[in-house]
This record gives sequence, structure tokens and C-alpha cells, in this order.
Amino acid sequence: MSKANRTLKKIKHQGGRIVPHLILITYMVIALFPILLILINSFKNRASIFNSPFSLPNAETFSLVGFETVFGRADFERYFLNSSIVTLASLLFTLLIGAAAAYALTEYKFKGSTFLSIYMAIGIMIPIRLGTVGILQLMVRFGLVNQLLSLILVYVAMNLPMTIFILSNFFQQVPVELKSAARLDGASEYQIFGLVIPLVRPALGAIGIFTMIPIWNDLWFPLILAPGTKTATITLGVQQFLGQFVSDWNAVLASLTMAMVPILILYLFFSKQMVRSITAGAIK
Amino acid sequence: MVTKQRKKFPFYIVVFLAPAVIIYTIIMIYPLLASLGLSFFSRTSDNQYVFAGFSNYVTLFTDSFYMPRILGALKNNVIFSLIHLVIQNAIALLLAALVASKGRLRNFYRTVIFMPTVLSFVIIGFVWNLILNPLWGVSESILQAVNLGYLFKPWLGLPDTALITVSLISVWQFMGIPMILLYASLIGIPEELMEAANVDGANGWQSFWKIKFPLLLPTVGVVMILTFVGNFNAFDLIYTMKGANAGPEFATDILGTLFYRTFFGQQLQLGNINMGATVAAVMFLIILTGVLFYVFFWQRRVQNYEM
Amino acid sequence: MRKYKVFALMLVLVLAFAACTPANTPANAPAEDAPMDDAPAGEEVTITIESWRNDDLTIWQDTIIPAFEAHYPNINVVFAPGTPAEYNGVLNTKLEGGSAGDLITCRPFDASLALYEKGYLANLNDIEGLSNFSDVAKSAWITDDGQEVFCVPMASVIHGFFYNKDAFNEVGVEEPQTVQEFFDVLEAIKADGTYIPLAMGTADTWEAATMGFQNIGPNYWKGEEGRTALIAGDQKYTDDAYVETWKQLAAWRDFMPDGFEAVKYPDAQQLFTLGKAAIYPTGSWEIFTFEKDASFELGVFKPPVENAGDTCYISDHTDIAMGMNAATQHPEAVKTFLEWMTTEEFASLYSNALPGFFTLSDHNVSLTDPLAQEFMNWRNECESTIRNSYAILSRGEPNLENELWRLSAAVINGSVTPEEAAAEIQAGLDSWYEPAK
Repeated sequence: MSKANRTLKKIKHQGGRIVPHLILITYMVIALFPILLILINSFKNRASIFNSPFSLPNAETFSLVGFETVFGRADFERYFLNSSIVTLASLLFTLLIGAAAAYALTEYKFKGSTFLSIYMAIGIMIPIRLGTVGILQLMVRFGLVNQLLSLILVYVAMNLPMTIFILSNFFQQVPVELKSAARLDGASEYQIFGLVIPLVRPALGAIGIFTMIPIWNDLWFPLILAPGTKTATITLGVQQFLGQFVSDWNAVLASLTMAMVPILILYLFFSKQMVRSITAGAIK
Repeated sequence: MVTKQRKKFPFYIVVFLAPAVIIYTIIMIYPLLASLGLSFFSRTSDNQYVFAGFSNYVTLFTDSFYMPRILGALKNNVIFSLIHLVIQNAIALLLAALVASKGRLRNFYRTVIFMPTVLSFVIIGFVWNLILNPLWGVSESILQAVNLGYLFKPWLGLPDTALITVSLISVWQFMGIPMILLYASLIGIPEELMEAANVDGANGWQSFWKIKFPLLLPTVGVVMILTFVGNFNAFDLIYTMKGANAGPEFATDILGTLFYRTFFGQQLQLGNINMGATVAAVMFLIILTGVLFYVFFWQRRVQNYEM
Repeated sequence: MRKYKVFALMLVLVLAFAACTPANTPANAPAEDAPMDDAPAGEEVTITIESWRNDDLTIWQDTIIPAFEAHYPNINVVFAPGTPAEYNGVLNTKLEGGSAGDLITCRPFDASLALYEKGYLANLNDIEGLSNFSDVAKSAWITDDGQEVFCVPMASVIHGFFYNKDAFNEVGVEEPQTVQEFFDVLEAIKADGTYIPLAMGTADTWEAATMGFQNIGPNYWKGEEGRTALIAGDQKYTDDAYVETWKQLAAWRDFMPDGFEAVKYPDAQQLFTLGKAAIYPTGSWEIFTFEKDASFELGVFKPPVENAGDTCYISDHTDIAMGMNAATQHPEAVKTFLEWMTTEEFASLYSNALPGFFTLSDHNVSLTDPLAQEFMNWRNECESTIRNSYAILSRGEPNLENELWRLSAAVINGSVTPEEAAAEIQAGLDSWYEPAK
């Protein structure tokens, strides 16, 4: 904390409005630089990737050969569709189910509610790969292997602990008066839940985003549960495909770009939604 | 357990909880706990599993092969987590506070700062390997540009620096999460409170620490415990960048990589599911201790403090 | 409130989208699965190959499978590779969970033996074509008593050194035969300064063991003689032959690129194929990528011997085979495929489609790729052996192969001496291995 402390103090002394911007811009550069490096170099030929990684592609070094290789070989449209379905469906169910559970766990104190709260957090305390065989056996029994539904179920279960954990905290911060007033007005518990949900929208947005990311980027469960070409997600597709071209940096960078851009766009879209809900929430 | 108590229970609580509890129990808890149970068994030479009590745990902490690995992984994991708890969360708080106060550009800043968190481990591993790579020379030429070229070393490959380097890359990657949680909490603080403070003549700095920070404490607690849980359960970045053997010479070996290597095997090494489950159980106990501490100590205190 | 509705509307759309998924997938799936499950004999069946060789996807799809299906139009073969690093873990999980494919690509020695002993791989003694393989070829996929074969051997890889012929001409050096010449060449290239002498890094650790230790070592420990002596307990890793091998590796350090500790396998490949390095210690499996990527003339030389005229030993390592999932629904189709894999047609197709992977069968296959042919010729000039850590010695903990990776890299990095590495390896082995007397 002391580092932030000192920095903040410095800001105060200079009293300027520029310093905060400077800090933010500096960090922005650190955050963006590696991403830009991949983007720039995916449009260059192999020799200039190696010789001058910083330079922008010019007429001499511009090359789409990486993308040509990638598009020629992999079924990216299908992968993208699969990833989108899995990610969005998992996200929706996680938020819906998780919010209801988190609300119940914070709002109602009943016998065993603390135990249940801890029980619902066990999932993030054990390496998930430990349960792989058990999960696969379940899916084989349900007949869900090589179906996207198996991934959706796993991801919902996997993300519930974190969602409930974080949301519980935000529900705690909702003023009690609001709920008691509604109860006096004769609102049902479901209606009160509906009333409280908009108040935690910033948190819902945040959780939505960081639930979405590990799902999109997961390699392990697609490899185990849905490795078929029809159900391959984009991360699996890129990874399987990368093998042939490990030494071909054009193709590597191009496929990394292909995997990166959709999730960035998805993120920007959700982020916009989140901003809207945050501002709406703040203004009330 | 919810259904058992249904009679005493208001029905709506069951409605709220049932979907989550059922899905989570069937798909997460049952497979995980069943596998965790394997830590109490061992395999005989004719492929039979026999109950072994705590002998796997004893082996893990006394055997001349396992002991250095588990202790090394624990030590590395503590370092890995401390770097996150201190550096990541301090910077995240600073960034969240700055972003929350900057009117027009704040959404832009927030969006950009979060971007690395969006990327997959494969991409992050690949790009940082390139940046820090002595052959590609990206970081070397950056250092040379400010006349510090002599400082350059192949950090990822040296036993003394590899762990810190990987930790910092992980800090870079996950910065967005604490930042956005703190930010969401900060902007949820009612304006009236701040206006009242301004009327009292407090400046920005004072009002932040005196008024906002106490209100942030529950979220700070969440961030701390999530960092702790996430880092003692971390695996992917080190696996992507340094492989399951977590080289050089186990310098980057943490509990997650030790578990994976033991449970699934590695190259010619066959997986040992019993010892693997034992490592997982140790991870579980460590994290559970942290969470219980949080729930019964930190959370209660913070709530009291608020009242 | 209006904005909230937009968000709600979006969620509804997503829900509708998601609701279509379970409905869609089963509709597609039976088309693929149904004929598989209850096909009467003679009907079309589909069999799936599990593999870590995602590099070979197009070769299987475009060359090998069509050739097979031309003979057996009723059997459809799907090549479904995963990722190499996760292969063992994923395969074990799928076998245990009951969702693995019909044909299983086999790693050599104990990994596959363990699968056979657990009943996941079927006994293949009744595959007639196995008579086309020598005992050595089968040795990696046979029970310890030599009775039961469980995978059909596919290919071996041979270790050696690639070099940049243009660079050698420029500097004015020639292919080295002896260790002394090898270091003279390295010195000359270093003195010239245009090229990095050795393209290699230790970041991934396995190169140090596989492309270093197991590559040059057989000349020191006399191939099979040393390997079997280690298993019998008559030699130890602390013996001169092994320590000398590490000493040579340690001496490579001066010729490797700056910051080699952080240089990974693909980095070293780039360095070499972009013409920045002169020599690349590796194995025949690189032929395919190097011929594609390098813009200069490639040459190969075998691991240098101590004195000119000494018997040379090469690592001709049994690397890959194919087995049958014991739980397959279509044992007949799978055996038909495996039987075909023992034919000369397959041997020729495979070895030529994947130059650098040499058939293990006795068929006399002619190779169109000159570099592959050159590697193959070494089999006649030198004595062949396999990597000394693969058979039997990697069954316990600490795992010998893992230790060789770690300590060979450490020797090159200079953080342990060759003697220390040898002592540590032998101590690890002694802690669990008792040679059969």
C-alpha cells in the first residue's frame, strides 16, 4: 500500500491535473504495448519480424502470408460460432443462477447459511483439473460428449463460486432501508430481488467480463469434452493448428491475432454495456 | 441439504438457491471430492487401489524426492502470491482511484487498462517470451534506448530472476480484475457523502482515505482473498511459459505445476493420481484456511467497523 | 430503465441462441455417430485416431487416409490430433472416461506399457504383418517378457546436426568428423563473427537432454553396449562415458547465442532457418520444417567421434506407433487398418510424406528426400541405439528422463558441473532402481 501512498502524496503536492493523466497514460502504454506488438508483426514477413520487431509494416515487409495460411487451413467461422455460443450461454446462466444464490445467501440468515457460503466457494480452492476424469465420466453418462452443452454446464459450475463470492459482497452493500421499505409495501421476495439487482449492475458487468474471458480462452475442457471438429472452440482450433507452424511465425502471429481480436471486440461490446449500466446505476 | 430442510424453510430461499447448488454439486463438488479422496489410497503393483490412510501425506513431506519439491513449490507460491498481493493490488487501487476521478476519459482508460486480462495464456506466454527474448531483442533495445542496455539479462531463463519475472507478467495480466472491482465499488459511493466532505473543507487526498477507503474495505477484502485464492491455485501462465517442469531447475515451480506434473505425468513420467490428489488436497487445505480466516475474521471485523 | 431493457433484450437473444445449441448438436451428431454404433458387418464404419501429431494433420487427411480408404471404402478414418504437451494427460483421461478414439497413437516404452497393463490397449499378437518388424523395432511396444505386442511400430527418428552449407563455405570449414574438428569448426565460425556457431537454447530444457546428451552420447557409451549396461547395473551415470558427454555439452556454452538460457526451441529454429546461425544440433524430424523455411542449402553431419575411424554410434530412436483402444466398437475395422499399416505401401507413404520419420519395418523403402536418405544411410555406417533413459530406467520417481532434462540444461547453463550432474542423476536412479541380477 505504501507505494500507492507515496505516489498519491506526490500527486497532491504537485496538485496538478496532469500527473494523474501521466500515470494512467504510462500504464496504458505498458498494457497495450505487447498487444500492439503482436498486431503489427502479424502483418509482416518472417525476416522483418525477427530483424525489426518495432517497425510498422511497409511496402517491402508487408505480408499477409500468415493470414493466408491460417484461413486456408482452419474453419474459423465455425470455431468462432462455437466459442460465442459457449461463452454467452455460460455467462448468462452463471449470472442468473449465481445472482439468485448470492442474494439468498446474503439476504437470509438461516441455519447453515455460513456453511453453505463456504461450501459454494470450495470450487475455487481445488485445481479444477483434478476432477477432469469424474466430469468426463458424468458427461459420457449423460451422452453429452462432443456437444457444446457439456462445456456450458462445466463452465457454469466452474464460475458459480467466484460469481457468488463477489456478488455476495456487493449485495451486502445494498442499503437495508430499501428492502424493508419494499417489504412494508407488501412486495414479494422475488420482487425485492428484482429491485436490488439493478443496484449491483456494475458488479454484474464486471463479473460478466471476467467470467467470459477464461471461458473463451480455455483449452483444457474443449480438449477433453468436445474435441470434435464440429464442436471445436476457437482456442482449441488455434492451438491444434499451431502445431504445424510452430516455426512459422507469420502463421503463429496471425492465428494469435485471429484468436485475440474476437474476444477483444466482445470485451469492448460488453464493456460498453457495463459502462451504461454503471452510469445508470450511479445516477439512479 | 437444502431440500432436506425444505419443511422449515421459506420456499423462496429454495428457489433462489436450488439451481446453483444442484449444478455446482453434481458437476464440481462430486467429481472434485471423489478425486480428492484418492489421496487416501495407493496403488499396488497389480493395479489395485488400497486404503493408505495418511501415508501419502507423510510421503509428500518426508520422502527425499517429494519433500524438496513440495517445499520448493510452497516457497515459490508464497513469493508469487506476495508479489501479487502487494504490487498488483497497490497499483490497482491507485489506478482505480485515478480512473474513477477522471471525468470524460475514464471509460477509455478503464477499457484499455483491462485489455491484457482479456487475452489468453497462450498469447501472453508467446508475446512475453518474445519481448524478453534475447534473440528478438525487444527489451534489450528498449533498455539501450535509455542507456541501460547493460542491465539486460535473459531474465526468464535464470534461476534467480525467472520466478519474479513470471510473477510480474502475471501481475500485468490480471491487473484489470482488482482494478475493476475497486472501481465498481468506488463509483458506487454516493456523491452526497463526498459533497458533505468537501463542504467540511477536506481535500481530495484526505477525503479519499477518510471517507472512501473505509467504504472500500469490504471490496479490498474481496480483492485480497481472491488474489490469495487465485494465486495458490495458479497454473496456466507458468505452464504456458515454462512447461510442466517449471524450469530452470524448478525455479518457477508452484503448487499448480507440481500438482499437474504429479497427477497427469510428464513425458516419460507416468501420472501418479494418488500423490497428485495429495498435492491437490494440500492446496485445498491452504486455500480453505485462508478463506475461513477471511470469512470468520476479516469479514466480521469489517462489518463491525462499518456499524 | 430503457438501457436496462436493452441489456435484457440482449440476454434474451443470447438465451435463444443457447437454446438452439442443444437442439442443433444432437441433430448433427447422429449423422456422424449413428452408423458407428450399430453397424452390421460390411456396413460403413468410422474409426478415429487419437494422436499428438497435430503437425501431420494434412498429411493424414490428404495422403495416408485416402490411400487406405481406396482399399477399404467401407471404413472411414478420422485423424483427430490434440496438442502434444497435453497428449498423455488428455488421453489417459479419455480412456478412463470412456470417450477415447478407436486407434491410439503410442508413445514408446513405459507410457504405452502402462496403458496396456491397465487394459486400455488391446493385444495385437494376431496382426500378421508384425512379422515385417524386427525385434528391435518392436522392443518399445512389447511386454517385458517379450510375449505381447500392443502397438504397431511406425517410425524412428535419428539424431544429428544440421548445418548451413553457405555459412560453412563462407567461413571455409567442412563437415567435422571428430570432436576436435567439431570444436575447430565452432571456433572458426565464432572467430569469423558472421554467424552464431550453435543455434540452441536451454529454456525448454529438453533440447539439452534430447538434442545434446542423447545426440552425442552414444559415441561415448558405445550405443547399445552402454545402454544395456546401465539397465543391468554394470555401468553408472557417474562413469567416464557419461561425465565426458556432459563435459562436451558444457563446452558448447561458449558457442551458443547470448542469453541462451531464455532461448526456446522455436527461437533456435528461427535463428537457424533465418540464416543467422551455422549449426543446429537436433534430429531428423526437423527436415520437413527446415526444408520449408530455410533459404540456404542445408547439410547434415552425424555426431562426431573421438578419433577418426572410430566406430560411430547414432541414436535411431523408436518414437511412434499405433495401438488399438481395447474398448473400441469396431475391432475388425481397427485391425484392418493396423494390418494395412504393416504393409510396404504404408511404410513408403509415411516415410516419404514425413521425411525424417523412418519406417521401422523391414520393407526396403526408397526415400525421395536427399537429406532423409542421408540420415537413413547412417544406419549402414554406424551402430544404432535408442535413448538410454527410455526403456525401464524411467519407471520410478524421480523420473530419470525429467532429471536428464533438468540437469543437462543446468550443465550447459553452468549452474552445476558435469560431475555434480552425474552424481545427482545416479543418486536419483539408485533411490528406486535395483538392476535385475
